[in-house]
Amino acid sequence: MAMQTMTKAKAHIAAPAVTHTNAYKVALVGRSMLAWLLALLLFFPIFWLGLTAFKTELQAIAVPAKLFFSPTLENFAEVQARSNYLLYAMNSIITSVGSTLLGLLIAAPAAYSMAFSPTKRSKDILVWMLSTKMLPAVGVLVPIYVLYQKFGLLDTRWGLTIIFTLSNLPIMVWMLYSYFKEIPREILEAARMDGASIFKEFRYVVLPLGLGGLASTALLCLVLSWNESFWSLNLGAANAGTLASLIASYSSPEGLFWSKLSAASLMAIAPIIVFGWFCQKQLVQGLTFGAVK
Amino acid sequence: MKRLTARLLLTPAMTTLFVWMIIPLAMTIYFSFLRYNLLEPGAHPFAGFENYHYFFTDDAFIPAVQNTLILLFSVMCITVVVGIALALLINEPFPGRAIVRVLLISPFFVMPAVNALMWKNMMMNPIYGLFAQISHFFGFGAIDWLSEYPLFSIILMIAWQWLPFACLIFMTALQSMDREQLEAARMDGANYLQQLRYLYIPHLGRSIAVVIMIEMIFLLSVFAEIFTTTGGGPGFETTNVAFLIFRQALASFDVGVASAGGLFAVLLANIAAIFFIRLIGKNLDK
Repeated sequence: MAMQTMTKAKAHIAAPAVTHTNAYKVALVGRSMLAWLLALLLFFPIFWLGLTAFKTELQAIAVPAKLFFSPTLENFAEVQARSNYLLYAMNSIITSVGSTLLGLLIAAPAAYSMAFSPTKRSKDILVWMLSTKMLPAVGVLVPIYVLYQKFGLLDTRWGLTIIFTLSNLPIMVWMLYSYFKEIPREILEAARMDGASIFKEFRYVVLPLGLGGLASTALLCLVLSWNESFWSLNLGAANAGTLASLIASYSSPEGLFWSKLSAASLMAIAPIIVFGWFCQKQLVQGLTFGAVK
Repeated sequence: MKRLTARLLLTPAMTTLFVWMIIPLAMTIYFSFLRYNLLEPGAHPFAGFENYHYFFTDDAFIPAVQNTLILLFSVMCITVVVGIALALLINEPFPGRAIVRVLLISPFFVMPAVNALMWKNMMMNPIYGLFAQISHFFGFGAIDWLSEYPLFSIILMIAWQWLPFACLIFMTALQSMDREQLEAARMDGANYLQQLRYLYIPHLGRSIAVVIMIEMIFLLSVFAEIFTTTGGGPGFETTNVAFLIFRQALASFDVGVASAGGLFAVLLANIAAIFFIRLIGKNLDK
């Protein structure tokens, strides 16, 4: 009984909604309408792109813009027929999943080592790693191109997977490092006292406790690789091109193919957007590097 | 954990990143001293600092540096300020908040190339674009956004893409605010501006640092948006450093000059890195 009263009292402090006046309610309605309006406004370009994908070319460039029309699936069929969408989609999936797994394999041990056995240099190493990410890719395009040509990696899925891994690696190490740092050291020390080997320690302590971090790192890496366009345009072509290269082939300036371009774009971004919706919570937590708790 | 094991675990990542950095960098330095044009095959004679001279005296060089910095700072300011405002707006529960969140975060997942094409064709096209149609409807002339306000248009596109990211990080941070402290401040009669100044903004400090850091990493090398919309023009109005190097390397096939530019980009990235460490470092350390 006493317990109940206490929780009640606490709830009253924590949720002052009970005492809200009418003015507050009106303000809340106003605020939520504004929030809805702004969200719809920000989402609108994507909505419009989706809509255009179902129009005919003539409807797509109609003035005034058409909101209501009888939808057609023609564009999607044509995208698949003209440029083998499925091959590009497959390449996107393989390279982004591949680079994520490869990246985790390299980044996790490094982050683990720096988080649990830090030296004076650890911070500097982290910053150095991150600084490699600030280098514009064009700065090293020519050497990479030459090297890829030499090793036969041009226009291969392996080649793209490797370059995606390399460009995401600094961020992966940094994210995992921040996550691993959150794991209480006492638990690790207890495990060590019990004589756990480093692999057992990793398997039974770090992995379960850091799983959320591993997941959000993987998610972000997937999104970044999926959307990467510079390397896939320059190093992948007919065989290994990802969906980003498919879009580029539709963006030619001669002749406007808006509805086909929209269909191709929608097919390229829909999988990752839907994926992002499902994983948004994980992703946001991961992106903040544990900085907002 | 034994020292040695720790070192061993760190080695793959260190080596990989080191190789990834040092080999292309060494090659870039080497190429930058050669007269190396893909259109003139054959010998690549030593050229001294000729390429550097070309790159730094290129008419596009100063505009490119300016544009890179303007882009960086504008997008950062827009996303941080508007992001905080949006996050504050959405902070209180209201009907359909989950859906609003989903709608808001979506632009972050849109491929840069698609983002650019979408804005260029469907929004900013001077005849069929929605902006033109809206301004026509209100009796104003249509604006050809990408040729009349090119840099502004690019900034708009990129800010649209990064706003959701900033907003969501701020939202997550606001959820952890101390409600009781906030209530106490309200009871004491703190007005909204005072609450903002003394409670919200300080609480958001670390997440602002995170947003700035991540955006800096990606905004320094913006490329796809410029490539697919303006091609750096009109004139050099939307040429940034990344695009300038691309132009040298792939449009004029001048590997030598592009390499000199690449080294400049490395330098710029490092200056930015030092700058951000100064700015952010304190904030990120617990």
